[in-house]
Amino acid sequence: MIEGRAIYVITLRELIKLVRQKGSLINTFARPILWLFVVGSGLSQIVQRGGPISYKQFMFPGVMGMVILFSSIFSSISIVWDREFGFLREILVAPISRLSIVIGKAISGTLSSSLQAAVIMIFLPLLGIHVRPAQLLGLFALAVLLSFALTSLGILIAAHMETFGVFNVIMNLLVMPLFFLSGAIYPVNLLPFGIRFLSRCNPLTYGIDAFKNVLLPKVGAGGHGALGAEFPLGLDILVVALFSLVMISLAVASFRKIQ
Amino acid sequence: MAAIEVHSLIKNFGPLRAVDGISFSVKEGEIFGLLGPNGAGKSTTINILCTLLQPTMGKVLVNGYDCVREPESVRSSIGLIFQDPTLDNELTAWENLKFHCYLYNMERRVMKERIGEMLDLVGLADRSRELVKHFSGGMKRRLEIARGLLHRPRILFLDEPTLGLDPQTRDKIWGFIRNLRSQEQITMFMTTHYMEEAEVCDQIAVIDQGKIVARGTPEHLKRMVKGDKILLRGGDPDSLRRRIRAHFGLEVQGDHEDLLLEVERAEEFIPRLLERLGAEISFVSVMKPSLNDVFLRLVGREIREEEANSKDTKRQMARAYHKARWRRH
Repeated sequence: MIEGRAIYVITLRELIKLVRQKGSLINTFARPILWLFVVGSGLSQIVQRGGPISYKQFMFPGVMGMVILFSSIFSSISIVWDREFGFLREILVAPISRLSIVIGKAISGTLSSSLQAAVIMIFLPLLGIHVRPAQLLGLFALAVLLSFALTSLGILIAAHMETFGVFNVIMNLLVMPLFFLSGAIYPVNLLPFGIRFLSRCNPLTYGIDAFKNVLLPKVGAGGHGALGAEFPLGLDILVVALFSLVMISLAVASFRKIQ
Repeated sequence: MAAIEVHSLIKNFGPLRAVDGISFSVKEGEIFGLLGPNGAGKSTTINILCTLLQPTMGKVLVNGYDCVREPESVRSSIGLIFQDPTLDNELTAWENLKFHCYLYNMERRVMKERIGEMLDLVGLADRSRELVKHFSGGMKRRLEIARGLLHRPRILFLDEPTLGLDPQTRDKIWGFIRNLRSQEQITMFMTTHYMEEAEVCDQIAVIDQGKIVARGTPEHLKRMVKGDKILLRGGDPDSLRRRIRAHFGLEVQGDHEDLLLEVERAEEFIPRLLERLGAEISFVSVMKPSLNDVFLRLVGREIREEEANSKDTKRQMARAYHKARWRRH
């Protein structure tokens, strides 16, 4: 049922295209720089400091989550491009299972997102966040997990998208709300009840909280108070992992129905 | 064993019946053509044979494998050239072919050699490192044919292989397909709505509104339209007209000098005609029926006059239907 070489070549294709894409590296940097150094600098002027960390430091886990969110959704939406340009048929008529196709797409999406997340970790010293190598490794592992979760969500959406026409709808009704309801730019526990509830239903909230757990723990030596992590790391990981499993299963089921 | 066997195949898209109980078989090594106007059910049929669509009812065997129960065995034994391009424009020709080899789990050892061989065959060996987006329509088609053959399929499916190509490129592609046939032992199943192209087929089935309305060799089908037309001119048209009627019992049409006859086989009739009336005849011309005439007779309209839209409409209907089905799930 699982064809290793097919998965390998589907993944390879995406990575070749990622590398070949002009300006993909600039693109990786552009959005985080805007958020961290423009939006972050602006907002930190009006935000009362909630503890021992600066607003920009607080934003870093959220920006990492954002990079992963956008890159995962975009890379899985490439399935819709493949459909539009016919290449999807070449894959669908090959003697490989739909499961292998989904795994290939999930691996390539996860790899490209988590690599982009790793690239922006070079901003950590600029923000005055000091991390040990072990923390960096932990951060990367969590980035891989969140990338996988959101890529799976993207594949599920792409399997149901016949054309690019609804892309804007998805951006406005799914991607942007996921981002703004995630605690990326303000702590969830400061939000009014209704919105706080929505935030707690958002898988990205837990992904970003996991990053906060590694970078800005709430309690203990050098605890970060209101701007620190909100949930235990174990809960964060559990929610994101469960979400991934559900999404990838639904994505495989949807792919099996594509004719 | 027949290469393809289809028994009472039915395919519905919601309330629309796209294929309505067709049966046929294709012998190994044959070129089989499925002809019909746009929206007749050709693409639906080919998609079912390639396991891209599930039949509503009926039995379909390809290379002896059941299309519903053993789709992956079917897929690894066939090659496909689709109507619409299915190459990755952002990859090179070589990369597109390599991708295919991996999908079909070809041995790494033979891969390189086979890719080179196929690129030579379609005359693209010197362009293999170029991105496909810089290729012309004809080059892309050739590359797709090369790709379809890479894994040595026993049947090659060609869905409107020359649609949208200019006449010169079309000729080239056909020349290429004829060559291929003499070089490799391969069965070909094609759909087309260019009648001239269907002449290369050994067997043809004409499909209209989901049903097969005629089948046989191109010769056999052409005989269905009562045979050949003969145009005659001679010294005295009126007396010629009378004498042909008297001697051969044939209805003579046409006006003034141009006399028009319809006979079963012109090559047998003309010697007899000339023997009797040779002295009075100054001009003879024979028009063999084309598959276009056959089509006109069978379907009641010219195959190419159908607007391209009808197929698009049908596709949209199928798409809308699939969407609706997804929502229900």
